[in-house]
Amino acid sequence: MAEMVKKANVLGRVRGGGVNVRDYGLLGALVVIVMFFQFMTHGKLLYSGNVNNLIMQNAYVVILAVGMVMVIIAGHIDLSVGSLVAMIGAIVALAIKDWGMPWPLAIVIALLAGALVGIWQGFWVAYVGIPAFIVTLAGMLLFRGLAIIFLTGGTIGGLPEGFVAVGARWMPAWLGHFADGRDVLTILIGLIAIAGMVVAQMRARGKLKARGLPRTPLALFIFKNAAIGAIIFYFAYLLSGYRGTPYILIVLSVLVVAYTFVLNRTVFGRHIYAMGGNRFAAVMSGVKTKKVDFYIFVNIGVLAALAGIVSTARAAGAVSSAGTFYELDAIAAVFIGGAAVQGGVGRISGTVTGALIMGVLNQGLSIMGVDSAWQQVIKGLVLLLAVAFDVTNRRRAGDR
Amino acid sequence: MAGCNPPGHRTPKSQGEWELKDNDVILRMTDITKSFGGVNALTDVSLSVNRGQVHGIVGENGAGKSTLMNVLSGVWPHGSFEGTIEFDGKTADYRSINDSERDGIVIIHQELALSPHLSIAENIFLGNERASHGIIDWNETNEDARVLLERVGLMEAPTTPIIQLGVGKQQLVEIAKAFSKEVKLLILDEPTAALNDEDSAHLLGLISGLRDHGITCIIISHKLAEIRAISDTITVLRDGKTVETFSMKDKDNSESRMIRSMVGRSLDNLYPPRTPKIGDEVLRVENWNVYHPVDTQRKVVDDASFTVRAGEIVGMAGLMGAGRTELAMSLFGRRYGTKISGRVFKNGDEVSTRTVNDAIDNGIAYITEDRKRFGLNLIGTVAANISGAGLSSLSKWGVIDLHDEAAEAERLRTALNIKTDTVVKLVGKLSGGNQQKVLLAKWLHTLPDVLLLDEPTRGVDVGAKYEIYGLINELAGEGKAMVVISSELSELLGICDRIYTISEGRITGQRDRKDATQENLMELMTLGGK
Repeated sequence: MAEMVKKANVLGRVRGGGVNVRDYGLLGALVVIVMFFQFMTHGKLLYSGNVNNLIMQNAYVVILAVGMVMVIIAGHIDLSVGSLVAMIGAIVALAIKDWGMPWPLAIVIALLAGALVGIWQGFWVAYVGIPAFIVTLAGMLLFRGLAIIFLTGGTIGGLPEGFVAVGARWMPAWLGHFADGRDVLTILIGLIAIAGMVVAQMRARGKLKARGLPRTPLALFIFKNAAIGAIIFYFAYLLSGYRGTPYILIVLSVLVVAYTFVLNRTVFGRHIYAMGGNRFAAVMSGVKTKKVDFYIFVNIGVLAALAGIVSTARAAGAVSSAGTFYELDAIAAVFIGGAAVQGGVGRISGTVTGALIMGVLNQGLSIMGVDSAWQQVIKGLVLLLAVAFDVTNRRRAGDR
Repeated sequence: MAGCNPPGHRTPKSQGEWELKDNDVILRMTDITKSFGGVNALTDVSLSVNRGQVHGIVGENGAGKSTLMNVLSGVWPHGSFEGTIEFDGKTADYRSINDSERDGIVIIHQELALSPHLSIAENIFLGNERASHGIIDWNETNEDARVLLERVGLMEAPTTPIIQLGVGKQQLVEIAKAFSKEVKLLILDEPTAALNDEDSAHLLGLISGLRDHGITCIIISHKLAEIRAISDTITVLRDGKTVETFSMKDKDNSESRMIRSMVGRSLDNLYPPRTPKIGDEVLRVENWNVYHPVDTQRKVVDDASFTVRAGEIVGMAGLMGAGRTELAMSLFGRRYGTKISGRVFKNGDEVSTRTVNDAIDNGIAYITEDRKRFGLNLIGTVAANISGAGLSSLSKWGVIDLHDEAAEAERLRTALNIKTDTVVKLVGKLSGGNQQKVLLAKWLHTLPDVLLLDEPTRGVDVGAKYEIYGLINELAGEGKAMVVISSELSELLGICDRIYTISEGRITGQRDRKDATQENLMELMTLGGK
């Protein structure tokens, strides 16, 4: 019996990719921060419109941070993504306005340009062996410079409505509205998400049963699903009261699910953790470390391009100063999310929570009317304290 | 002279059973209990060390030796454990290493803590600079360092960068550094683990000489013979408790007494019995040549040829630097050296071992001597480490089946008796012996036919050693071709069917088990080059 319980523990944790105390701690911190600002802003923080803005304003951080966490787990860093956002913005705007391309084609071109940049940086890091700090520092200058050159110092505005929708519009109310004006589609999407989650969890549970492996107790299983389901529903409820589901939310959801899968379940993801944990040992185990490094940079190149597209769409125009300090926002989200500076540790769930913590701070402080200079001071301290808390916590746990 | 106290200057205390002229107790630790999350790492451990003596502490990995020393030195601050410590007549309530160092307690850890690009002298006086008003006096620094180096018998210029020294010499620098700090009690944790015989002998001689300077020394080691050779008193720990303390003047001070106390049973034989069942040739290496990766003119492996048959355990004996590890690592995916030439045959067919994946695909596994550096991801789980070199058999279209992975990790955990409560524990939290088993499990998961085991029992305690020998025998029994590289000749003589000797990169001979002795092997191992 004891053996069974032990095994349940093993598989439960292997499956979920290891839900651990720190993840809950981080989530707890987010809840506390939300409640704090909810109180301080007299309930304004969770107004439908503000929740909507939280998503739209921070979409770029989540997109960049998802790429960044993989780079950081592998033991590298990428300082160039902010500049890349500006350069891609210039390219996509040029493609639409000057070269007369339809906007979907312009998006494809922009993503390819991002991949090309990733190939460029990945080549120097992986195959020439230049530290990523240097390669991407050079990239930071390079792409910012190119963005200014492409835009000849000016800006390009007046981008078509279809393109702008990617970053700043909502899915139409195809299913109409409820009597109180809430969007039916958004509620339906929320319910589909909940159903999807429950079905996936039940299938996993079924698989465990089929193999005769022990499962988490039914009561806990139901509680967990009910709790997460309730949060998703509340979120959908809030959004339905504004303009409905932002397109960008769909993009973000797909990214988060896909990259969680990549990191937890694929050989590629496992190799990233193995390299970050001990690069020599990974080489001696047959991991093609150069190839993995290369693709990590190609990946963040494409994701940075996506962030560039989204920001440009939201601003409805390209400007060469776009994306300034975006790399730092992404890096901060990753480290608040529990990644280790030495590499080998980090997760998508933590990173997204980290991005949300930064986002809620921004939003809450803005609603309170705190001066932007002070906002920076506070965010800097939060980053420092979050990592300090993590470091001392780990030391106390005896990981040293 | 630094830390030079005349022995016996304080009131002698009765020490009971054995007679000592200077039975002056410098350190008395009483009823130390230290727990981590409800698990006791130490339970009521008492230790008393006499001034000017060498006190050996032995025990299996996880017995609590390091924890005890961490309690003493303030790594675990006063208040985080129960019990009392009395040092040099005063109650010691250290809150950090700095506090204990101020009182003259210096620990030299297994992993040396020197800064590789700084000079010997800079390292010796690091944190304790010979300076006035923050300006370093280089003449004084280097001159003082020279005196200290002379004292430890290290013939190197004080300005030599640490990176140019071997491990043995670095160890001596650590001791010189300790001497620079008025040391009264020097604690050495596994000082000879990474040293060759010559360096070990020098170091042990130096430790014996400390008595004459009135410096007390605690030495922790797995090498029972050397503990016996230099200690005055020995304390045995097991499962976080003191088993016994005895003087070397006791009638029974044998290694077998120590082993009995350490493992709680007697190991009649250090090597498990085995009846070899040797089959056809599995691995043949012909004319293998490897050049040094940096100094590309230097041949590190010179025209080596050897064979291993199914079910055979073949030893590779050689002094440090003879080229044993270089031979194995160059065979395994060319992970060492340049301008590699030669041919590798498996079951009579020539195979490629050009990349690690080629080697793995051809059923060759290399179990490294340096598991922390080349073997394991210490911040990864047991399961992820075990599957690390063979994810392809656990995945489809690049997606890992986590259930299969957990089941395979469980299977190997049971088969190898890896002591961990779950396979999702981080490997870094396991003891050395269990880490070594995880490493072995990782390579068994790749289903190899040939295992190249490089120092498979390094840093592993007596009980776990026996288990690892048993596993090696078992694998040979399954018809695998085993190659064991070891610095301990007695180990090779204990487990191998045939032993090759390597000297200066050349295979200088081979002996069957029945013809091999320490003497004739040593002779072959020290044959000069061409």
